[in-house]
Formats: sequence, C-alpha cells, structure tokens
Amino acid sequence: MSYVPNTAAEQREMLRSVGATTIENLLAPIPAEVRLKRQLDLPKAATEPDVKRLLMGLSEQNADLDHYVSFLGAGSYDHVAPSLVPQLVKRSEFYTSYTPYQPELSQGMLQAIYEFQTMICQITGMDVANASLYDGSTGVVEAALMAIGPGGRGEVLVSRALDPQYRATLRTYAWARGFNLREIGLEDGATSVAELRQALTPETKAVIIQQPNFFGALEDVQAIEQATHRTKALFVVAISEPASLGVLSAPGAYGADIVAAEGQSLGNPIGYGGPALGLFATRDEFVRRMPGRLVGKTLDDRGQTGYVLTLQTREQHIRRERATSNICTNQALLALGTTIYLATLGKQGFRELGVQCMQKAHYAQQRIGAIPGFKPLFKRPFFDEFAVNCPLPVEEINAELRDRGIIGGYNLSRDYPELGENAVLFCVTETRTRDDIDLLATALEDILEHTEHVEEHAGTTAGAAG
Amino acid sequence: MSIEKLIFEKGAPGRHAPVLPENDVPQRPIAQLIPAGFLRAEDAPLPEVSEIEVVRHYTRLSQRNFGVDVGFYPLGSCTMKYNPKVNEEVAALPGFARIHPMENESMTQGAIQLIYELERYIAEITGMRRVTLQPAAGAHGEITGLMILKAYHEQRGEGQRNIVLIPDGAHGTNPASAALANYQTVELKSDARGGVDVAHLKATLAKHEGKIAALMMTNPNTLGVFDENIVEIARMVHDVGGQLYYDGANANAIMGIIRPGDMGFDVVHMNLHKTMSTPHGGGGPGAGPIGVAEHLVPFLPGPLPAKGEEGYYWEDAGPLSIGRVRANAGNFLVLVRAYTYIRSNGPDGLRHVSESAVLNANYIMRALQDVYDLPFDRTCMHEFVFSADRQKRRGVSALDIAKRILDFGMYPPTIYFPLIVHEALMIEPTETETKETLDEFIAVMRQIAREAQENPAIILEAPHDTPVGRLDQTLAARKPDLRWRPAQPAEIAATVS
Repeated sequence: MSYVPNTAAEQREMLRSVGATTIENLLAPIPAEVRLKRQLDLPKAATEPDVKRLLMGLSEQNADLDHYVSFLGAGSYDHVAPSLVPQLVKRSEFYTSYTPYQPELSQGMLQAIYEFQTMICQITGMDVANASLYDGSTGVVEAALMAIGPGGRGEVLVSRALDPQYRATLRTYAWARGFNLREIGLEDGATSVAELRQALTPETKAVIIQQPNFFGALEDVQAIEQATHRTKALFVVAISEPASLGVLSAPGAYGADIVAAEGQSLGNPIGYGGPALGLFATRDEFVRRMPGRLVGKTLDDRGQTGYVLTLQTREQHIRRERATSNICTNQALLALGTTIYLATLGKQGFRELGVQCMQKAHYAQQRIGAIPGFKPLFKRPFFDEFAVNCPLPVEEINAELRDRGIIGGYNLSRDYPELGENAVLFCVTETRTRDDIDLLATALEDILEHTEHVEEHAGTTAGAAG
Repeated sequence: MSIEKLIFEKGAPGRHAPVLPENDVPQRPIAQLIPAGFLRAEDAPLPEVSEIEVVRHYTRLSQRNFGVDVGFYPLGSCTMKYNPKVNEEVAALPGFARIHPMENESMTQGAIQLIYELERYIAEITGMRRVTLQPAAGAHGEITGLMILKAYHEQRGEGQRNIVLIPDGAHGTNPASAALANYQTVELKSDARGGVDVAHLKATLAKHEGKIAALMMTNPNTLGVFDENIVEIARMVHDVGGQLYYDGANANAIMGIIRPGDMGFDVVHMNLHKTMSTPHGGGGPGAGPIGVAEHLVPFLPGPLPAKGEEGYYWEDAGPLSIGRVRANAGNFLVLVRAYTYIRSNGPDGLRHVSESAVLNANYIMRALQDVYDLPFDRTCMHEFVFSADRQKRRGVSALDIAKRILDFGMYPPTIYFPLIVHEALMIEPTETETKETLDEFIAVMRQIAREAQENPAIILEAPHDTPVGRLDQTLAARKPDLRWRPAQPAEIAATVS
C-alpha cells in the first residue's frame, strides 16, 4: 500500500520538466560505492485490511486494563478518561499540525497550551508552567540541570523514595553532564530528614523528593523544605500521581522551587508507558532559566488578543550550544488532552477525583490488612498506593491473581531488595469499584488458604520422610 | 472568525461534567485518613464548565488551527507528510492503548514483539547493528547517542576527547545536545557546493588532535544537498579516532537508497514523526530511536527486547550500558504507528516514498529558481533552500513572504534556517502531495515574487485572511503573560465603568 498519490505517468512528466529521464538522474550525487544495491530486508507491503488484522493480532496478545482488574501503579496510573477527551484530541486540525511557528495559523493549539500552562499552575500552586516536556523522568532531569546551571558542577541530593526509573535516568544524565548525585536513604518508607540535613552542603544545588513518594507514602515536605532552604539549594518536587493534587497540598504552598510531574494519567492513554507528558512548573524568578517551550499572550496588528511561542532566546534553535536545554519539542497533543480533561473535571471534579482515589485506596488497605499475614509495610499516611508485606513471595501471588483476571501490585523487591521478596505496592484509583477491591481481597485469602493447604501437605510428607 | 474566549472565562460556579464513577466504598472522614497538614487549603481554581461547553470550546479552537489534513505544509526539515488514518486506528486498540508498562512480560507479549521487530526494521533501514526505541524525540536521540559515544571513548581510556564537530548548517539541537553531554563544539564551514569544507575539516582535525570525540552530520544536509564527500569525511574522522553521528532528520530522502551505516556512521537517530509518518501532534509526541554500529552495542541504554524459548522478554542492560534515558520503553503508541507504516509500505514502498520525495522537491525547485535565488544550484534531495535576497532588495523579507503564503491557505516553508543562507526559505513538499498541489504552490510563489516587484505593500500587510493578524512577538517577550489570572476587583470595576 502506498500513500504516494502521483501516478507513474505523472512522475515521468515531472521528471521531464526537471530535465531528468529517470529518478536515478536525481540520485547521482550519492556515491555509487556506498549505495544500497539490494532491496531492504523487510516484510513485503501489506494492504490496509491485512495490516489491521496483523496489528489487531499483536494487540490481542496483551492484557489490557479493560479486560483485567488492575492494582498496578508504580509510576503509571489508570484514571477514567472521559469519552470527549480522545474525541476532541483526534480533531485532525490538532494532531496533524506541527510546532506553532506561524502563530496566525496555529491559534487553536497556542491558546490550548496557554490554558494548559494556566491549569498546571492552578493544580501545582506554582507561578509559571511550560508547554510540557517528554515525561516525568526527563522532567526531573531538566529540573536538576536547571538547578545545576550552565557551569554544570555541584551536587544534587535525591531521595531513595523517588521512582527508581526516574533515579536511573537521573544517574545517566548526571554522569554525562558531570555533576554529583547522592542518594538520601529512607526511614519508615520516606526520605530520612536527618540524613538529608547531614548531607546538605554549600555545594548542594537541588534536593529532589517525590510526593506522594514511590511507596505512595506522604513525605514530610515541610521539614524537607525547611532543611533545603537553609542552604541555597532548590527544592524540587516530583509527582508521578497528579490526581493526588485534588486533595494534597499544592507544592507551591509548601515552598517548592520546581515541580516536575508525570501528567499522562490526566486524560491520556496509558499506552505501555509512552508517550507520556512531562509537567514542569517553577517560580516567576526562574522563568528565564526554564527549559522547554512557553506560550505567551500578546496582541496582533489589528489589536486583537493572540498567542505566540515566546522567550525563545532560551531555546536551542536560537541559542544553540548556550540553550537552557536541548529540547526542541513538547508533548503538545498530550498537553491538549490534559487541558481538555482538567476542564471537563473542573474545580469540583478534580477534588472528587482525589477524594475517590484516597477513599478507595484506604478501603482496600483496610480490607487487605485484615487478611492474616498481610501487614502494611509503613505507618506513614498515603494517597492511593500503599506497600504491604505479604506472607508469600509477590511473584507467586501475582501469578495466581493473573489466573483470576487480576493484575496484582508491583513487586518492590526488584528495586528495593532490602524489603525482601514479599513486599508489594498496591494502587487503587477511582477506576476500581468496591466489588473489584473485594474481589482482590477474596482472591488473596483464597491464594493464602490454598498455599497453606499445600504447605501442610508438604510438611506432612517431609515429616514422614524425616 | 471571532476570538474564542479562554475556557476560564466561561461557565458558572458549580457547573461540571458528570464523568467520574460512583464512590461506592464506605466513606471515612478525610481527617482520619490523612492529617490536615498534608491537605490542600483550597480547591485548585480550575474551570467550572459543562460538557457541551468543553466540546464546543475545543472544537472551535481546532478550527483555528492548520494541519496537514487541512492543506499543504511544506515546512522544511519537518517532513509534514500525510499521517495515514489506519495508524491512528490501530494505535487506539485497547491492547496497545490500555496496557500498563509494569505488567508481567507474559501479559504483554504482543507489545514486546512489536518493539523487538520494529527495532530490527529500523536497524535494517539505517544499516546499523542494533537500535533502542527509548528516546522520545530527535533531540533526545541526539543526547542518547552522544552519551553512548562518551561512554565508548571513556571505556577506551580516551575520556580526554571533548570536542564535537558540527557543520555550520546543522540543526540547533546538535550543539545544544553536545553541550548537555559536556562537549565543546567546534563549527565546520561549508564549501561552495554546500557540503562540509574538506580542507577546513582536515585543518580542524589536525588542530584538535586527540581531542575529537565526534562529528555530527545530516546527509542530505539542511540545504537538502547530498554531501558527495561523505566516504572521505568518514575516513578522515575515523582515522583520528573520532566517531560519526548521523542526524536522521532528513532520512525521508534515503530509504532503500543509501543507509547511514554504509556511509560510515557509528550512531544514527531517526525521527519517526517525520520519516515514518507518525503525526507531529502540534509539536509532539514524536520518537527518536537511535541505531548503533557493532562496537557501540554494549553501551546502549537498556533494557532491550529479546526473544527466548518462552517468548519475548526484556533483557537488562550490561555493565557498559549508559543506563536509562527515560522511564519505560519509549513512546510506544508512536512506535505502533511507525510499525504499521513500515508494514504497510514494505521495502519497495519505502524506497518509492524517498524517490518521490526527492522528485517533488526538485520539481518545485526547478519551477521557481528563475524567480527566487538558489544559492546552491544543484540537484536537491527531499528539500531545498531558496534565498529571498532578491525580494529583500524590494523591502520584502522571507518572513513577509511566509505571511503572504498564509493568505492562500497553505503553511509557509521554514524561514531563516539554515543560518548560512540569507533570508532562507526552506521548502520540503514530501512525497504525499499531488502534482496539482505542487503546481498550485508554484503558482502562489510566482505570484508573490511578482507582487514583490509590483506591489510589495500587499505582502507587507499580509496575512489578510487569517483569524489573527501578525502578532507582536516583542510585546510577548518583554512583558511575558504566560498564564491567565482572574481579574482583580479593581480591574473589574474599571471595566464596568
């Protein structure tokens, strides 16, 4: 199947008009010795119905969240996406456009991004937000780079309760850029404030924590802010579960200098983790040090309000090697999705979202905590995720749950071996019903009971042998 | 078309759309769940609007936006080709759009298989040994590639190599990415034919002996010309221990014709949102996978997809890997679209894409070169660059021409880039445009050239027919207004009186 519209006859005519007889004449500047002298080794072309069937086949080998009851979070959250969001995002005037370099023909996207920047300020309590970055993990990197500044030297302190993938990404960039990265350990599932106080030096450029943290637990942000701001370091708050902002304090209210968040779950498909949406907000005084695109309001030559990309002298296409960041795009279409989503939920709905996640997760924690052998790992308050110590290895439990149509929690032992192989992180958002939660609790009881029986039998056999 | 108010200026207190599920668990007082100190003092002041208001507002905004589906979009270097609808349909399948990245591998076999196969397709198209699909965009691919080169040099005990050579016509992301990887950049001059000045390269390599980490190049370059000296250039850089980075922004010109790996490049990034037809989305999401030659495979970010007896799985990166460059496996739903495109076209189709892109560009260039200056008069690849110098002498700049094109329902070319051409107009028609569209564009450009001679005022006052006129960029930058704020009581009083 080809999307080239011109026929062979038309192409011959066009070739004639440029003084060529074949396409080969136009390819003459390419040195013959390095030309590809064979066909590309790829599957042969498929018709539209065939390619659809092929892709449908692949998609059906994946367990999707519409057919399984999921309690998985750990950085990617499933929230209700109102039908109108994908419908509007699919307006092809939006999705087939590019960066609004010519504002006169791009007012729709520019205005939507201006609204997006405003809404991100409204939910984070910050002064200014950019037009978005790739994702939460690279947003945290950009926050660190912004704090480090053009000199590229200094130290960044990062909580061990920051999403392990974010920390891994940060390590890669810290090595390449040449700044130090030091991890602050945990106390009862949250950043050790005592250890942080000890680690802060005049060389510290930023302190990065996550709220709620990777375990879903709430950090003592006030103590961390106070400790951080006793030095010149910037206080960076990472957020991977933005629904928490419906009920939790806005980072702007507790003194954050930069907020770097993952916004995918606000209206965009979870899509195996990408594309995602980096939310990035800071205080007014840092606006010219900020990475990424910004949309500003202005006037046209007829005196009408309009929107443009602005403060572009920070950016790579003007500043080249002196740019504040190498980023050239944003995630405009996802930013649009989030804007429409937040407008749809509105003031009341966004709070309700937070309340539902919180109530349902606490109900689940109570239900699971009542099963013998299942104990909460930490005592700290949490939002919609909580860590539990199970009486069995998490992998065993999850395999059993899969057979019952349930996607279990995240196995924490992968990233936190110190917690043992029985530590699991459950996530419960507003998408889960009471029945779903009861189903999980019943399944866990059932799995436990079944295993105890097997073990009793095994014990009897072993005893007999001894 | 009248101005559309901001969403914040619509609605009424208490209005909202009923989209959330029922809160059907036993409710406990919030204070019992989370101590008050952690809670918001007041609700986020988001809009209070109904569903119909949201739908009308964003539908109207879409009508104030121009995309490839609306009309011709010859934005140079951006490859604004048609975005096939089947790609959109399959990317929305729940088995792709609704899967969690942390699910067990046994539950996501189709996703890992797709990534595994796409990685191999891109390796074949670029002539590289292996590919990572993690990078989210071209610039992200660049920094990833440069980090791989840094790790490679360090591992060989050559960490002193701190210079990256960049031609003067390069994309701005190249020097910005190099700086981010802590490299110094040295600019290479172009020669009279628009390629890298080989004599200057030779002198530069000698001057910085032992310090050269890499040369970053686009070929065809940003002038749209193919650098015929590429084999020689590659040899020269490799001879002094440097590596070659290929900026794949212009890969739409070369599929099935020539491969960066065969030209001698060690690292390649590809912009799937350009070459592989995935939509630009108003500025993202894209995807910028990179491919590397054999000797760089151990440095790739991980994990990488693998295939074993029990199916597909994620293999952790080895000890030399630079580590992750982002969370999760890349912009997966973009990858699904690119995969679909490659499977739809097949090997002959992809070659036909590139050949047709080259033909379309030459067709426009030859039809207009008598009225616009062509600083590098050579057969072009998929794009070319005019200079509006001749028009500028009549007081009409490249910007003015761009604004006048808007009046004809077309998007303008890229302007003022590359920086080495005065008053640059960079034109890339892509392969998906009909001959009639190309002819129409040619007619428009000829008319504007004529107007520049006879009636420059009509160009200088353009655009005439767009929802807004020329916007005041200086005002926007001098007094940045980056968010809406509710009117203060005093202002409201002033408005009323």
